[in-house]
Amino acid sequence: MQLNNKPIRQSLALATATLLAGTSMPGYSADTGDWEIDSGILYYSEDGRVSAIEPVIQLRKYLGDEEAISARLVVDSLTGSSANGARATDSPQTFTSPSGKKTYTTNANETPLDPTFRDSRVALNTQWDKPLSQTLRGVFAFNGSVEHDYTSLGISSTMAKDFNQRNTTLTAGFALSHDSIKPLGGIPVGMSAAPTSTSVSKAEEGSKDTKIVSDLLLGLTQVVGRNTLMQLNYNYGRDTGYLSDPYKLVSVMRNDDPDTLANTPYLYEKRPDSKTRNALYWKLVHQFSEDVLHLSYRYYWDDWGLSAHTIDAKYRYEFAGRHYLMPHIRYSRQYQADFYHYQLSEGDIPSYASADYRLADMSTTTLGLKYGIQTQSGSEFSVRAEVMTQQSEGNAPFPDVDANIIQLNYSMTF
Amino acid sequence: MPHHAPLRLRAGDGYWLVQFEAMASPCEVLLDTPDRKLAKRLGRIAQNEVMRIEKKYSRYLGGNIIHRINQAKGQPIEVDEETAGLLSYADHCFRISDGLFDITSGVLRRAWRFDGRSKPPGADKIEQLLPYMGWSRVSWQPPILQMPSDFEIDLGGIGKEYAVDRSAQLLAAASDISFLINYGGDLFANRPPGHKPGWLIGLESAEAVLTTETTTNAIHEQFVLAHGGIATSGDSRRYLIHEGKRYSHIINPLTGWPVQGAPRSVTVLANSCTEAGILSTLAMLQGSNAESFLAQQDIRYWTIR
Repeated sequence: MQLNNKPIRQSLALATATLLAGTSMPGYSADTGDWEIDSGILYYSEDGRVSAIEPVIQLRKYLGDEEAISARLVVDSLTGSSANGARATDSPQTFTSPSGKKTYTTNANETPLDPTFRDSRVALNTQWDKPLSQTLRGVFAFNGSVEHDYTSLGISSTMAKDFNQRNTTLTAGFALSHDSIKPLGGIPVGMSAAPTSTSVSKAEEGSKDTKIVSDLLLGLTQVVGRNTLMQLNYNYGRDTGYLSDPYKLVSVMRNDDPDTLANTPYLYEKRPDSKTRNALYWKLVHQFSEDVLHLSYRYYWDDWGLSAHTIDAKYRYEFAGRHYLMPHIRYSRQYQADFYHYQLSEGDIPSYASADYRLADMSTTTLGLKYGIQTQSGSEFSVRAEVMTQQSEGNAPFPDVDANIIQLNYSMTF
Repeated sequence: MPHHAPLRLRAGDGYWLVQFEAMASPCEVLLDTPDRKLAKRLGRIAQNEVMRIEKKYSRYLGGNIIHRINQAKGQPIEVDEETAGLLSYADHCFRISDGLFDITSGVLRRAWRFDGRSKPPGADKIEQLLPYMGWSRVSWQPPILQMPSDFEIDLGGIGKEYAVDRSAQLLAAASDISFLINYGGDLFANRPPGHKPGWLIGLESAEAVLTTETTTNAIHEQFVLAHGGIATSGDSRRYLIHEGKRYSHIINPLTGWPVQGAPRSVTVLANSCTEAGILSTLAMLQGSNAESFLAQQDIRYWTIR
């Protein structure tokens, strides 16, 4: 018809460019107003020992332009018994509870567990994600937590800079926290005698103490090919102040009979008042046509002589219809701190000692399975079950600690 | 607070595919990133934008600016900046097409039913409708629009393509990654995915569809799209046949009758999806001259007859 022999392209292209540029709707950003809710509950239980219920709720508000603020509230309730550090002996043992008001007795050949262990913790973390330029993002966070004998306040910040069309990201960050500890019965003098049924005296060095925990993080994330992502992090940390556990004891045995308790049978543990930590972390995420593999390795070492290798693998099987199954396997081998002692020998008392099994030679194996489903409305529900075994390695014959973990999670955007 | 419409995320080989339904079409965005969180966030941005445009400009939804304009009964209506931009654009298209692109021509739908079986209307019925349309009889003094009573406008002819381009702008502003938007066959790619010359596009016999996910036997032609917008006009799904004669659903607003001799479909590649949409629609309206019209325009195009 009329348009033949009449090129309109130039005129149309100009008008279209005007349309698309002219109505940029200042300030309008499509992701403004998104709220994301993440809620979950975690149940952790050690066979015959401590169990914990931990509800978590996180609210995140997107402010547009990649900016977001979030708040995360965690409530922990711990009940049950916890190893007090003393070793099992062939006769019953009686201990005074940390408050000094009660005693408890452990049967012969059983690992002494403090049954008065009960605690609840409330932690709040607030975070602000702020893009500082097209390729620079900042995260600023504040954390606080309160327990009856422990308070922690912290700040942290991370900067992430993208290069190379977002294929490379460099991350740098720091975290600083100030913790106050006010144990029941005061701060015991490290390596001093703990009260027994015959001697109730206890040396104290005040009712409270503090520690400073600081961390520096450097990270590199690289997109390797179209479906692989690799991450390398280095973490340097330094802790100073009161780093001991005021409730943990070390058994002292007679030097002529290493299986019989000495006259002064239990000492309060004592750890150095500073620690320098290092951790290297490598992670690979590979995406198959639908499924995703997460593989990571972590090497940790500190100047207490503690070191650990950890490998972790998760595989996410995607089923048609928006649900998935994710098996998880984790193995960690830890090498003990220099001052870890399963027991001490009378007359040979070092300046620092702890019998806390968490500082011992051990391996930890975790097996887990997670199932998740996305609902029609875009929210996601998941359930995770894991079994974890901590096993003594080397010459620290503490019994295995088995734990079960069940976690339910629900997240939605509205 | 309103609940989000469903957003489906599917992992591909190094990319994420985000899917949702809007504007009565399956909408997809292919995102060249292995980062699921980023994909989800960008998917939400695209989805929110399409739904915003649909809500604001659908003539099927009450209470929006289109409803206000169509219910004005001859009164002047002041429109917002974005709507003014679209009306000025429609005005421009009307003028450069000598009246072939006309957003007031929707009233002709009252006469025609393109369900494959219905009878074409009588000539008298079309004659009765012609007084109620014609952009040349509308007063457009931005931002004031005044139409004769009983006139209606319909931005459906550019709405989906506009949503593609607007989404593309927001995605480009929110990230650095390569993406391909496909809203029911209207496409836009900002740049090639990493390590590849472009996105593989398959033209189906009726509409342009992606073949990255689905390879059907109906693929008519394949090509690689590095950058730009693609739109298709066609009548292979909406038409009617009466006494052996095929009536296209593409109606010439100057006559009120379906265009004759047009290709089954015209697909155009241009700088933007909106521009491609106008060119493909105008090409269809050229009927048997569609190809010679397209050849004038210095664009890449594909026709199926």
